[in-house]
Amino acid sequence: MARVLVGVKRVIDYAVKIRVKPDKSGVVTDGVKHSMNPFDEIAVEEAVRMKEKKLASEVIAVSCGPTQAQETLRTALAMGADRAIHVEVAGAEYETLQPLHVAKILAKLSQDEKADLVIVGKQAIDDDSNQTAQMTAAILDWPQGTFASKVEKSDSGLTVTREIDGGLEVIKTKLPAVISADLRLNEPRYATLPNIMKAKKKPMKKVSAKDLGVDLAPRIKILSVEDPPVRQAGSIVPDVDTLVAKLKEGGHV
Amino acid sequence: MFKPFTLFVFNLNKTNVFIQAKYATSVLPQFSANKYAVERKKFGTVSPSDIDYFKTILSKERILTNEEDVLPYNIDWIKNCRGQSQVVLKPRTTEEVSKILHYCNNKRLAVCPQGGNTGLVGGSVPVFDEIILNLSLMNKIISLDEISGALVCEAGCILENLDNYVREHDLIMPLDLGAKGSCHIGGNISTNAGGLRLLRYGNLHGSVLGIEAVKADGTVIDCLRTLKKDNTGYPLKHIFIGCEGTLGVITKVSIHCPAQPRSVSLGYFGVEKFENVLKLYKSAKSSLGEILSAFEMADNESITSTVNNLKLSNPIGHYPMYVLVESHGSDEKHDSEKLNRFLSEGMETGLILDGTVTSEPNKMKAIWNIRESIAGSGLIDGYVFKYDVSLPLRNYYDLVEDLRKKLGDRVTRVYGYGHVGDGNIHINVTVPQYSKEINSELEPYIFEQVSKLKGSISAEHGVGFRKPQFIHYSQGDTSLQLMRDLKRTMDPNGILNPYKVLPDVASHE
Repeated sequence: MARVLVGVKRVIDYAVKIRVKPDKSGVVTDGVKHSMNPFDEIAVEEAVRMKEKKLASEVIAVSCGPTQAQETLRTALAMGADRAIHVEVAGAEYETLQPLHVAKILAKLSQDEKADLVIVGKQAIDDDSNQTAQMTAAILDWPQGTFASKVEKSDSGLTVTREIDGGLEVIKTKLPAVISADLRLNEPRYATLPNIMKAKKKPMKKVSAKDLGVDLAPRIKILSVEDPPVRQAGSIVPDVDTLVAKLKEGGHV
Repeated sequence: MFKPFTLFVFNLNKTNVFIQAKYATSVLPQFSANKYAVERKKFGTVSPSDIDYFKTILSKERILTNEEDVLPYNIDWIKNCRGQSQVVLKPRTTEEVSKILHYCNNKRLAVCPQGGNTGLVGGSVPVFDEIILNLSLMNKIISLDEISGALVCEAGCILENLDNYVREHDLIMPLDLGAKGSCHIGGNISTNAGGLRLLRYGNLHGSVLGIEAVKADGTVIDCLRTLKKDNTGYPLKHIFIGCEGTLGVITKVSIHCPAQPRSVSLGYFGVEKFENVLKLYKSAKSSLGEILSAFEMADNESITSTVNNLKLSNPIGHYPMYVLVESHGSDEKHDSEKLNRFLSEGMETGLILDGTVTSEPNKMKAIWNIRESIAGSGLIDGYVFKYDVSLPLRNYYDLVEDLRKKLGDRVTRVYGYGHVGDGNIHINVTVPQYSKEINSELEPYIFEQVSKLKGSISAEHGVGFRKPQFIHYSQGDTSLQLMRDLKRTMDPNGILNPYKVLPDVASHE
């Protein structure tokens, strides 16, 4: 019976249109709808399923961020996590929070909480870093199963099916280990009403990075955030001859 | 740079179930004229010289005459009706529409105006060889007043594109419907479309501020104002709202867009029986008050059909009835307090058996998608008989149960879903293929029942080609006569969308 730590990040909802701040220092987040990073939802779902299959004894959700990160943790609790830890990181510190910081926090918490397994999404849809799982495993010196599309219990640990370029790779790891969830690992559930109500009463602990002895000093400086170039509008030509003529005219053929 | 002319097209970021469903089966439907035994009226026939004339108005790529090119414009998306038109015209300006109609009126050539072709009563496709006047290229947004919320645009703008556009300015379109990714605003107004948020934002007679339309003889009627109040003379714009293209072709519209709600939540619940759906509706009205923006229901069969046929996932388990409740408000805290009270009451009283509630846009989208896909999902079964009726809420679901008993296993499914808040239910009956026998059991039976209950035989889909012979179940003789008089005044030669809306006097009497 393993204790599972799941990392969940609060990100701008993927159905929302992203706007760059006029001063190009970042994207607009005020008044913008946020939700749990979709890959982290998959991670939570996997942990909860492990608990339902009695492969896990407890699921702890962790989120690093401002006060609103607690909403994301409530969602994880409503999906079935047992308790939550909110690592408060706000203001300027949050702007420059990087996977390395998060990995240090997760590593420290894994040790404090005596976790046997850490599951995180393979990447967050806001910064697309895809580093946290790998760095956490390195700091802890645990084996890692990244881009998991299937996780099964085997005698001495886990059998993880990984999504790799051009196919699948199956690996075995011992516990403790770090897993990162890929898209096809599972389909996350919707939190049901009774569970949403129950989640309100589940314990949530608040700690700071300082409490954990993790230094959040920025290691990067954001120079500029820009919109992607606007795609040029297409046009319709009446027939192939015109198309060819236009292509020649534009020097494409 | 090559830009002979640039099309103003927005990106559509989601798979459109309508398109998927449209091509689910490849069998062509029967010609409407044969299927429903209609006789061609004495209109002119399109000749090569007519096409030559059209070429003086439109550039040649905007005139389709190839059989294959014209085919998709001849068939409605539920594959119920198929016309025999040989020419599609795609005007880009009001002036072009005016010239085309002026010519057709003089030559007695019949015209079928067409928008996104998502109608459900065959109103948007020809019956015989009517010229198809497709407005899809009239898709420009003309202006938006961010303070008053008045949007002015051309008739061929796609509803979802308009909604995306006005949302950039913190406004929303006052209507929303399943076909939003394809339907045109001009078509919405011509058919007085209802949709999912009518409960909150009212119908189009309220939100349309102005219309520019072209009469059958080519005269342009300019009522394109952006005023909320305008009591000068007869309310002409209203004549075009819901006329289904039989009195004029809408070319431009001005519509009032309400403010985009700052806080939106959506609940999706399992309910034991229809009686409880009504109780829950009553409770939603009193607990949620002004923030209630939609109250929809779907029976188990509707959701099962959608989930199985379109491979969508149902957020909760199996329940006899499903209810979808949406709130639009301006203060998240205030709204969630209200919503929580409503939910806990519903759970305590057992009206809500299970459910989920969310304010995350991606989840709300996924849940709405299930509801909106019901209309298209039945097509996978083969053929769908679709009815759209208004009934007193007490009797809202009776007809579905009644039909299930009556038809038994001779049909694939019978299901009901709709806008409880508006007393409007959609009843769908699916069969492997169209059957005259089932058709004759359904019609006029359904209309008789609706008439007995003092309902409407067409709540929001209109009359179109499929229901003129039943319009008398909802409209009296004198009203029908006035409608005929209006038609004669505005389109004396009857060239605009013939065989639609009004029944022939002979066949009715």
